[in-house]
Amino acid sequence: MRPFYGTQLANGLMLGTAQYPSPSILADAFRRSGAGVATVSLRRESGRERAGQDFWALIRDLGVPVLPNTAGCHSVKEAVTTAHMARELFGTKWIKLEVIGEEDTLQPDVFGLVEAARILAEDGFEVFPYTTEDLVVADRLLQAGCEVLMPWGAPIGSGMGLNNLFGLRAMRAHFPDVPLVIDAGIGLPSQAARAMELGFDAVLLNTAVAKAGDPAAMAEAFAIAIRAGQMAAEADPMEPRDMAVPSTPLIGKAFL
Amino acid sequence: MNITLNGAACETAATDLAAALVELGFADAVVATAVNGAFVPAAARGDFQLNSGDQIEVLAPMQGG
Repeated sequence: MRPFYGTQLANGLMLGTAQYPSPSILADAFRRSGAGVATVSLRRESGRERAGQDFWALIRDLGVPVLPNTAGCHSVKEAVTTAHMARELFGTKWIKLEVIGEEDTLQPDVFGLVEAARILAEDGFEVFPYTTEDLVVADRLLQAGCEVLMPWGAPIGSGMGLNNLFGLRAMRAHFPDVPLVIDAGIGLPSQAARAMELGFDAVLLNTAVAKAGDPAAMAEAFAIAIRAGQMAAEADPMEPRDMAVPSTPLIGKAFL
Repeated sequence: MNITLNGAACETAATDLAAALVELGFADAVVATAVNGAFVPAAARGDFQLNSGDQIEVLAPMQGG
């Protein structure tokens, strides 16, 4: 697996921390999956309830690298300010940069994304941009200073899997040395395995685990699938072909 | 003075951001702050003078994907 800004992850599962039925189920999901990264966010804190403090204690106990996001940001200014707050709060230069441009699909605003990525990279951030599979945008993000790309598989929370296999395969082929993460849209372990078989370095997902009937079991299933897909990619898969080829040798076949 | 804290109107007797945070219940809390849309680092809170009508955002770690 390619390192992410010099950091070698324990595995290719980046697991979100939202929407779990309870904090203990969240912790179980992380323990059973051994996820290599925990994604987190920032929200308004109440001086009375201080819910964020308990959550932060839980996340620190997991002992997993955290990747804060700018989820919900719709403008460059909002995303950049949120990133600065995240860097101080979580003590990491990593930022999953989201600049949302369309409400129904939660598609990234790729123009704002490139601009925000440039501002943050110049300021020392290590940016993980949530982007589309567009190769021109990908190139601009790399020029802006990103060393990782995170194309969507499908719209966030949709569970549809990998909507554009051609585009994702093209991205892998165009940027052979860039760590690539499928972010968003993954609903099943088989889809995550497929992403890894395509040669992606990691898969970032949340809803598919958090909303499963048994989140901890699903988290482990994803971890196994991601490992299987990675092993398959490293084992150099056969090329598919249109016509049959007998796998049993014809030489020595009995004449009956 | 009257300020807005996380979108809700409230009052503080403090004149700087660090003192306001203590008064509003955030002493020792792990939070990040912004005033009027601009990030204010923790180290700068003591010198950051508040004005009536300021909009303060106090953010904490939260669940995310």
